[in-house]
Amino acid sequence: MGYRIFDHTADLGVEISGASLEEIYAGAALALFDLLTDLSSVRAGVAREIVVSGEDPADLLVNFLREILYAWNGDRFLMKACRIREVSPRRLKALLRGEPFDPSRHRVQQEIKAVTYHQASVEKTGDGWVARVIFDV
Amino acid sequence: MMSEGRFRKIDEWRWEIPPTGGMRVPGLLYTSEKLMKGMGADEGPRQVANVAHLPGIVKGSLAMPDMHWGYGFPIGGVAAFDLDEGVVSPGGVGYDINCGCRLMTTRLRLSDIRERIPALVTALFQNVPSGVGSRGPLKLSPKEEKQVLVEGAAWAVRHGYGTEADLEATEDGGAMAGADPEKVSDRALERGKEQLGTLGSGNHFLEIEVVEELFDLSAAAAFGLEPGQVCVLIHSGSRGFGYQVCDDYLARMVKHAGEIGIDLPDRQLACARLNSARGRDYLAAMACAANYAWANRQLLMHRTRKTFEKALGMAPRELGMRLLYDVCHNIAKIETLPVEGKEVRLCVHRKGATRAFPPGHPDLPPAYRKTGQPVLIPGDMGTGSYVLAGTQGAFTETFGSTCHGAGRVMSRTQAKKSCRGRSIPREMAERGVIVMASGRGTLQEEIPDAYKNLDDVVEVVHHAGLSRKVAKLRTLGCIKG
Repeated sequence: MGYRIFDHTADLGVEISGASLEEIYAGAALALFDLLTDLSSVRAGVAREIVVSGEDPADLLVNFLREILYAWNGDRFLMKACRIREVSPRRLKALLRGEPFDPSRHRVQQEIKAVTYHQASVEKTGDGWVARVIFDV
Repeated sequence: MMSEGRFRKIDEWRWEIPPTGGMRVPGLLYTSEKLMKGMGADEGPRQVANVAHLPGIVKGSLAMPDMHWGYGFPIGGVAAFDLDEGVVSPGGVGYDINCGCRLMTTRLRLSDIRERIPALVTALFQNVPSGVGSRGPLKLSPKEEKQVLVEGAAWAVRHGYGTEADLEATEDGGAMAGADPEKVSDRALERGKEQLGTLGSGNHFLEIEVVEELFDLSAAAAFGLEPGQVCVLIHSGSRGFGYQVCDDYLARMVKHAGEIGIDLPDRQLACARLNSARGRDYLAAMACAANYAWANRQLLMHRTRKTFEKALGMAPRELGMRLLYDVCHNIAKIETLPVEGKEVRLCVHRKGATRAFPPGHPDLPPAYRKTGQPVLIPGDMGTGSYVLAGTQGAFTETFGSTCHGAGRVMSRTQAKKSCRGRSIPREMAERGVIVMASGRGTLQEEIPDAYKNLDDVVEVVHHAGLSRKVAKLRTLGCIKG
């Protein structure tokens, strides 16, 4: 998985690196669900398309993660895979694959209350991109 | 991080961060030499300084001794805003709106139930829904859910889950005025409909405790506390409903702050003017979440009473499980407070801070009018908690606020790392605490070493005059999500 957890006293910080913006956003979505559950237990049977907008790439990242976190918290949808179909600095279209939560097969490892704006960033590095975001857990 | 040079020591319990750059007021930290050690390594003080940038902030950006790095506002932060010039910030309340504590006393003595504690903990664990995404005993219709949002704990009492006396012993009587369900999103309503009466996960808990030490005998008598008495402490909040309300309004205000020209050092501080429609809408939605939380803790208490009665084979009168008090520690409230000798209406944000109103305050129940408000300070799961009383010092100095708990020092990942090869339930049992948790990692994340020493935190507020020590309670058993 292309992310690492960084220390935050009360919450959980995640840093995602990748070669393109698509990789960063898809990687962040996977990181979220990798923390939530065991991804290997999730099947990719159901597709969902989501479109989000933001003020800039960091705001877009937070809004994207807020939206897919609601797919879990509100609709009990567990994501297995994510493909970014379109991305610009202020708009993103993604296709999620996954399935409804089934307590007999899925285990929830970690509650994630919310995706915070605190120190959220998406930055260009020498040969790619790095994003950081903090989850309230 | 913030360099040591930024702090100016005022006295043994007070440090100042003098205003620089865009700070409108100083930062004021209530802490001690001991707790200051290592503070520089935490982002908390920078966050205290960031909050001082917000428009209409009055007097100072305050931090209680349990302060630690949050997001936007530090946890343990208190800030008050002028109603005309100032703002309200969902991040200054937190995602878990009206997260709080309620303490119940009983007629039981430790000697009566010492052998029964493991059985009681197991029964509570079975009967009180806890853990990630757990569902409550009720499935609310949209109409019922909206009633809960307006009526708060009274809704639960009206449906047989408690008594009028419970409402009397709850901050704001268990219902905040101004709640408007029309200001709440469908998403929040959806998340709220099945979670009422659930404990939650993470640092939320239900504990059986024993009164170990009394510091103020007359206040303890007024609070109905005696040495050796068995008590129950519940720590929970507004569950997914509150998180969604915060999330919805934060996103709206992130856009809005730029539009109205408020320059934010951190997006998580997003806010709206108190006198704007957006600000008022947030307060009306926040009040709904506050009321949801009070109804939630009322249901949790009811379940606890029934579990004790059944497990011990006792009648309600015999058990005598009485609500001592219920406080919230994540909230924004419009209150009348003294500033430079004048009474002013302010919007006080308490993010990980507890109201601590003084003796004689009209908002206190008659039984506590002489002592000051009971303040409940939970510790880590191996320690126990404190009961304090509100003071005039807090009223005049910290907008009627004090600390809310021990405060984390270790991140959850650090805590888990330090647990490798250890059995936390066994370690806790050796300390005389029976613990049960539904989440696999919860006990490791919540080990006592992950928190500041509760005694150190309470010493600061006691000596700084922000509240008075009344009693210390020790944990016997604990269930966590």
